[in-house]
Amino acid sequence: MTRPDRNDRLHRGWVLLGWGMLALGLLALPFLVKNYRAFQFSMVLVYAIAILGLNLLTGFNGQISLGHGAFYAVGAYVAAILMDRLSVPYWATLPAAFACCFAFGFLVGFPALRLAGHYLALATFALALAVPQLLKYKRIEGVTGGVQGIVLSKPEPPFAVRMFEQPLTADRWLYFVSLAVAGLMFLLTWNLLRGRIGRALVAVRDHPIAATAMGVNLPVFKSLAFGMSAAITGVAGALGAIVVAFVAPDSFTITLSIFLLVGVVVGGMASIPGALFGAVFIQFVPDIADGLSKSAPAAIYGALLIGCMYLLPRGVMGGLQQVWSRWRGRAH
Amino acid sequence: MEALIFQIQSGIANGIIYGSVALALVMIYQATHHINFAQGEMATFSTYMAWGLMQAGWSYWAAFGCTVAVSFAGGLLVQRIVLRPIERAPVLTNVIVFIGLLLIFNALSGMLFDHTIKTFASPFPADAWFASAYFPAHQAGSAGVLLLVLGVLFAFFRYTSVGLAMRAAAQNPESARLVGIRVSWMLGLGWGLAAAVGAVAGMMVAPVVFLDPNMMGGILLYGFAGALLGGIGNPLGAVAGGVLVGVLENLLGAYVIGTELKLTVALVLIVGTLTLRPDGLFGRKVVVRV
Repeated sequence: MTRPDRNDRLHRGWVLLGWGMLALGLLALPFLVKNYRAFQFSMVLVYAIAILGLNLLTGFNGQISLGHGAFYAVGAYVAAILMDRLSVPYWATLPAAFACCFAFGFLVGFPALRLAGHYLALATFALALAVPQLLKYKRIEGVTGGVQGIVLSKPEPPFAVRMFEQPLTADRWLYFVSLAVAGLMFLLTWNLLRGRIGRALVAVRDHPIAATAMGVNLPVFKSLAFGMSAAITGVAGALGAIVVAFVAPDSFTITLSIFLLVGVVVGGMASIPGALFGAVFIQFVPDIADGLSKSAPAAIYGALLIGCMYLLPRGVMGGLQQVWSRWRGRAH
Repeated sequence: MEALIFQIQSGIANGIIYGSVALALVMIYQATHHINFAQGEMATFSTYMAWGLMQAGWSYWAAFGCTVAVSFAGGLLVQRIVLRPIERAPVLTNVIVFIGLLLIFNALSGMLFDHTIKTFASPFPADAWFASAYFPAHQAGSAGVLLLVLGVLFAFFRYTSVGLAMRAAAQNPESARLVGIRVSWMLGLGWGLAAAVGAVAGMMVAPVVFLDPNMMGGILLYGFAGALLGGIGNPLGAVAGGVLVGVLENLLGAYVIGTELKLTVALVLIVGTLTLRPDGLFGRKVVVRV
């Protein structure tokens, strides 16, 4: 052991410096780019939260869900209806979306207890396909706005500030709101997974029978996982509705569910920071690939899903971890 | 009363299409114990191929035959190249690869044949001898074709040695290997057959719902519901389940909830079957050892 205390403190110093620079960078970012880019970065954060929710269920708990677009849609509509019909302030819709989607997810979790593997994937696939049709249903048009959806207005920033010659616009303000909410959700998830509950969830994923034998209450934990996952993705949906200022049934098709799954797989299953990679991926790849052809993003995603399963089963984060551990192995 | 009969027969006509998709799904499930989420997109791509051939001047039945053959080969190749390496991988990996295939086939349909809606010719003229007031020519014709396909498959599995080998490989791969059956190739064959059946179903459904890359989305869901309702291990049950789903869809749509929530009906059917009677109406109870 070569002077462990000094190395430790030095190492911690570097880590703190890294985090500090990252924080400063994140805070200054919206003022360094155009308004539209700030909007895109907010969407990256929104998707990161949604992917985090899906990762909690599929990566950490092993329950395959092809239907998280449904929870995203419920969260978005809860926020839109509260803001538009009941004039609730935008920040209050987020806890409401969390609660509603937790209840919805918990309810969905009950039949899911009897389903495993393919059947759960199938049932959630069906849920994702059915949701846009449900949202367009004529009898609830008064509340949901039917096919045309609900148009919202972007909240104005509560104070005026200028940095780098740029004003604090609504888009930039929403970026900071998204950043705060994302930070909160990531912290919540990290805390949840660090303790008893996290270990129970992973045990249920790896060997449900052994977990039951060890005293983990399987139905409660599996439903809880569904509920928490739905709640987190629901908050993402609500935030997305606020950032985009528009909700319509056709924004929440099966494509959204599949894209969230792509985000989880590419970013890294069972990886919390991977959610951010996945989100950057699904936000920017369609923009770049659309130039080639309308179907190019789908083809790229398909090829990547298959490629990741062969080459990078733990996604980008897994790959990075492998590279990092090999480098460290050589240096020491 | 007339209206009820009309709804039922229309339901049966649709149901036979759902039944053939269900049959393709059950065939892959029986062979590999995986649910093929990409079935619908593969069928759509095959239908586009047939459309392309007909645009190039081929006659309907020539294009039909060629498409079925190419789909069979395509299904076999997909199993050999993409799916064999992950045969023993966990369920999640397989599901993700299936979704990847879904995306790729959907994108291929869109990229090679563009996204405009196309009309697809029906081989059955409107005044054919088998048309009637209750069964328009195309519905009756497609029902006939699909029943013929069913019959051929049944005969294949029952009376040929390759069919017997496939059944053996699906039921007990280890023993089948010991007897000398190349189980891996049987899986590929199963995929090829399923792709071919899917192609026929796609070509039968395209004249009715028009050809576009997302044609099979809802139909796939009904195929799933039918396969589950009939028992996912039972091919005949799957077809019966598909017909049942078709009739239920029409009756519920006409008399109970209106035509707008059809996919929700499918969802309720799927979740209901999986929770209340997971082995389906005609399936056998499978007990899993811990």
